[in-house]
Amino acid sequence: MLYIKNLHVAVEGKPILHGIDLYLRGGEVHAIMGPNGSGKSTLALALAGREGYDVTEGSVNFMGLNLLTMAPEQRAREGLFLAFQYPVEVPGVANVQFLKSALNARRVHQGLPELDAMDFLALVKEQLLQLGLDESLLYRSVNEGFSGGEKKRNEILQMLILAPALAILDETDSGLDIDALKIVAAGVNRLRDPQRAILLITHYQRLLDYIRPDHVHVLDHGRIVRSGGPELAQKLEAQGYGWLDDDLQQTIPGEETRP
Amino acid sequence: MNENTTVRDAVEQEYRWGFVTPIEQDTFSKGLSEEVVRMISAKKQEPDFMLEWRLAALRHWLKQTEPNWASVHHPPIDYQDMSYFSAPKKALKDLSEVDPELLRTYEKLGIPLAEREALAGVAVDAVFDSVSVATTFKDKLASLGIIFCSFSEALREHPELVRQYLGSVVPHTDNFFASLNSAVFSDGSFVYVPKGVRCPMELSTYFRINARSTGQFERTLIIADEGAHVSYLEGCTAPMRDENQLHAAVVELIALKDASIKYSTVQNWYPGDKQGRGGIYNFVTKRGECRGDNAHISWTQVETGSAITWKYPSCILRGDNSVGEFYSVAVTRNVQQADTGTKMIHIGKNTRSTVISKGISAGHGSNAYRGLIKVLPGADHARNYTQCDSLLMGAECAAHTFPYIEVRNPTAQVEHEASTGKIGEDQLFYLKSRGLSGEDALNMIVNGFCKEVFKNLPMEFAVEAQKLLSVSLEGAIG
Ligand SMILES: Nc1ncnc2c1ncn2[C@@H]1O[C@H](COP(=O)(O)OP(=O)(O)O)[C@@H](O)[C@H]1O
Ligand SMILES: [Mg+2]
Repeated sequence: MLYIKNLHVAVEGKPILHGIDLYLRGGEVHAIMGPNGSGKSTLALALAGREGYDVTEGSVNFMGLNLLTMAPEQRAREGLFLAFQYPVEVPGVANVQFLKSALNARRVHQGLPELDAMDFLALVKEQLLQLGLDESLLYRSVNEGFSGGEKKRNEILQMLILAPALAILDETDSGLDIDALKIVAAGVNRLRDPQRAILLITHYQRLLDYIRPDHVHVLDHGRIVRSGGPELAQKLEAQGYGWLDDDLQQTIPGEETRP
Repeated sequence: MNENTTVRDAVEQEYRWGFVTPIEQDTFSKGLSEEVVRMISAKKQEPDFMLEWRLAALRHWLKQTEPNWASVHHPPIDYQDMSYFSAPKKALKDLSEVDPELLRTYEKLGIPLAEREALAGVAVDAVFDSVSVATTFKDKLASLGIIFCSFSEALREHPELVRQYLGSVVPHTDNFFASLNSAVFSDGSFVYVPKGVRCPMELSTYFRINARSTGQFERTLIIADEGAHVSYLEGCTAPMRDENQLHAAVVELIALKDASIKYSTVQNWYPGDKQGRGGIYNFVTKRGECRGDNAHISWTQVETGSAITWKYPSCILRGDNSVGEFYSVAVTRNVQQADTGTKMIHIGKNTRSTVISKGISAGHGSNAYRGLIKVLPGADHARNYTQCDSLLMGAECAAHTFPYIEVRNPTAQVEHEASTGKIGEDQLFYLKSRGLSGEDALNMIVNGFCKEVFKNLPMEFAVEAQKLLSVSLEGAIG
C-alpha cells in the first residue's frame, strides 16, 4: 500500500526529516507518536504533496505508483487522504459544494459517473448523522467559523465521503472532548477494511484506546526512534517522551547508566 | 506544477477574445468642435433643447482639463485626434471570419448561437430572431406603461421626460468625462417606469443586441416613478470588441418616493495585450439619486475588462429613509488598472448605505478602491457600512484603498472594514489535497471571495458572472 524508504524532507532549506522508513500494508493501522516539533506534520504534508516540503532523498511508493512525482490532486484522486491538523477556512465556498466537487473529482478519475445533487445529498446526510453533525454545516463556508471540534469532524466527514485507500490523520484527536473523540474514532473504524490503510498521527495514547493500531512508531527529531506494538503507546503515555532521549543515550558507548 | 506556476500562468494568460479584425468605418472626420456637435445633433434630428444642452456641455468641457487624481496612468489622450460619430460598422460575413478562440469562449459561457454572431460582429439581421423577441417584450412593457427604448427614440417620442430628467443627477458640468459625454453622446438606453408599477422582468440591453454598437459615448437614463420597481442589466459577460479606445459613458438613475432601482453591470471590454496595448479606457460616470423618501438604489458591478477602468457608481440619498447599495467585483490582470469605488451622499434622515467592494489583482494589475461616505448635517441617524477586501495573486500586483469619510452629523454611524490578502497557498493546497485541480481550486476560492457581491446579481447573471471569472482565470495551471 505505502512504502516509504529513507525519506528526507527539508522545509525552506531546513532538513526536518532525516530518513524515514515505513511500510503499511492494506488493512493495517499505524500510529505515529512523538513530541511537538518532531516532524509528524512534516511527514504528513510531504506525503500529501505540500508545496515547499522538499524531498531531498528517498522514495515513496503508493499502490505501485511513485508518489513523489505526483501532483497533490493526483495523489488525492488515487486515494490518499490527509485529515489536516489545522483545517483551512475557505470563505464563501459552501461546504456542500466543496465536498461534492472533491468526490466527483475522485469519481471521474475512477471512471465512475459524477453523483448528482440528490444522490450526493443522500450520501452526505447519512454520514452527517453518524458524525453527530448538523445539516446546516453543509451550507456554511468551508471551516469558516467552525468550532475546533467541528473542523476536525468535518475532516472526518470528508474522509468518509471520499473513502480513501490511505487515510493520514494528523492529530485529529487534539482538542476533542471524549464524546467527540469516540464519534471520530467510530468513523475511522468504519473505514477500516483489508483494502485500506490508516496512518494515525497523534500526541496522545487516548485515541489509540478507541482505534487500536497494529503498529506504533515514535518519531523524534525527524527520525523514527522506536517501533513496536500497541504497548509502546502505553509506555509513552505512562512515561512521557523524556525517556526517549535518555534511552537514546544508552546507545552511546560508555554511558550505560540506566537500568 | 505549483502555486507559483498557477499564479504566474494566471497572470500571463492572454486575453482570450482580444482578436481584432480590421473593419472599414464610415466616420466623421476627426476632431471636436461646435460644428461636430451640431452635426451629431442634426444627424439624429434632435429637438433644439438637446442641441443647446450639448453645446453648453462642449463649452464647459473646453475649459476643463483631464482629471489626474485617480491612480491610473496612460499616455495623454488627444481628443482632437478621434472621430466623434461613427456610422454603423461594416459587419463580418460569417463566423469563419471570427477568431476561433473567441468562439470557444462564447461556447464556454453558454452564449446562444445567434447571439455569438451578433457579439462577434457578424451581420445577423437575416438570421437573428431577437427582433421579434424584443417586439413581444416591448408590447408587454408598453401595456404596463413602461418605456424602454434607445435614447434617440426617447428623444423623439418622449422629449418632455428626457428634458425633465436628463442631467438632473449628472449635470453636464459634472466632470471632464461627463461633459465630454454630454456633448457628443451617441445613444444609449432610456427607461421610465410609471407610478406603482413593478417591472415584471429584468430589463437588459441584451434585448437590444442589434442596437448594441452605441459603445463609445453611451448615455443611459432610468426613472422609477413613485412606488415603481425596476431591475436593469447592463452589458453582458460575453467579451466585447470595440475599435474605439476611449469610452466615456454616463448613467443617471432617478428613484422617486418608495421606488427602487437595481442596476447590474458586467463589464468585459478588451483589456489590451500583456503590455496593455489596444485596451479600452473606460471612464464612466454613474450616479443615482433617491429623490423621494424610502427610495432604494442598488449598484452591482463585475468589472473584468478594459485597460483602464475609472468608475464610481454613486448614490445621492436625498429622501428620508432612502437606501443606497454598492456591490463590486473588479479584476485586474496583466497591466490593467482599475480605480473604482463609490460615493454615498447622505442628505435625508435615517438614510442607509452599504458598500461591499472586492478587488482581485494579478500580474502587474493595479486595483484601487476609492470611496466617499459623506453625511450632511441634516442626515440624522444616517448609517453606512463599508467593507473592502483585496485579493492579490502574485507579487507584482497592487491594491490600494482610499476611503474618504466626511461626517457632519453627530448621530451618524459609519463603519469601515478593509482587508488585503494574498491568494492563500494554504487554501489552494487544501482544495487540491481533496482532488480538485489547481484551476478548480483557484476558481472556487475566487468565487467564494466574491460571493457577497454575486449574490446580489440577478440569478442568471450571477451564474454567468461566475463562469466569466472562471474563464478569465482559466489556463491558471498547465
Ligand atoms: N514552514 C516551516 N518553516 C520552517 N520550519 C518549519 C515549518 N514547519 C515546521 N517547521 C519546523 O519543522 C519541525 C517539525 O515540525 P512539525 O512537522 O510541524 O512537527 P509536529 O507535527 O511533530 O509537531 C519543527 O522544528 C518546526 O519548527
Ligand atoms: Mg503537527
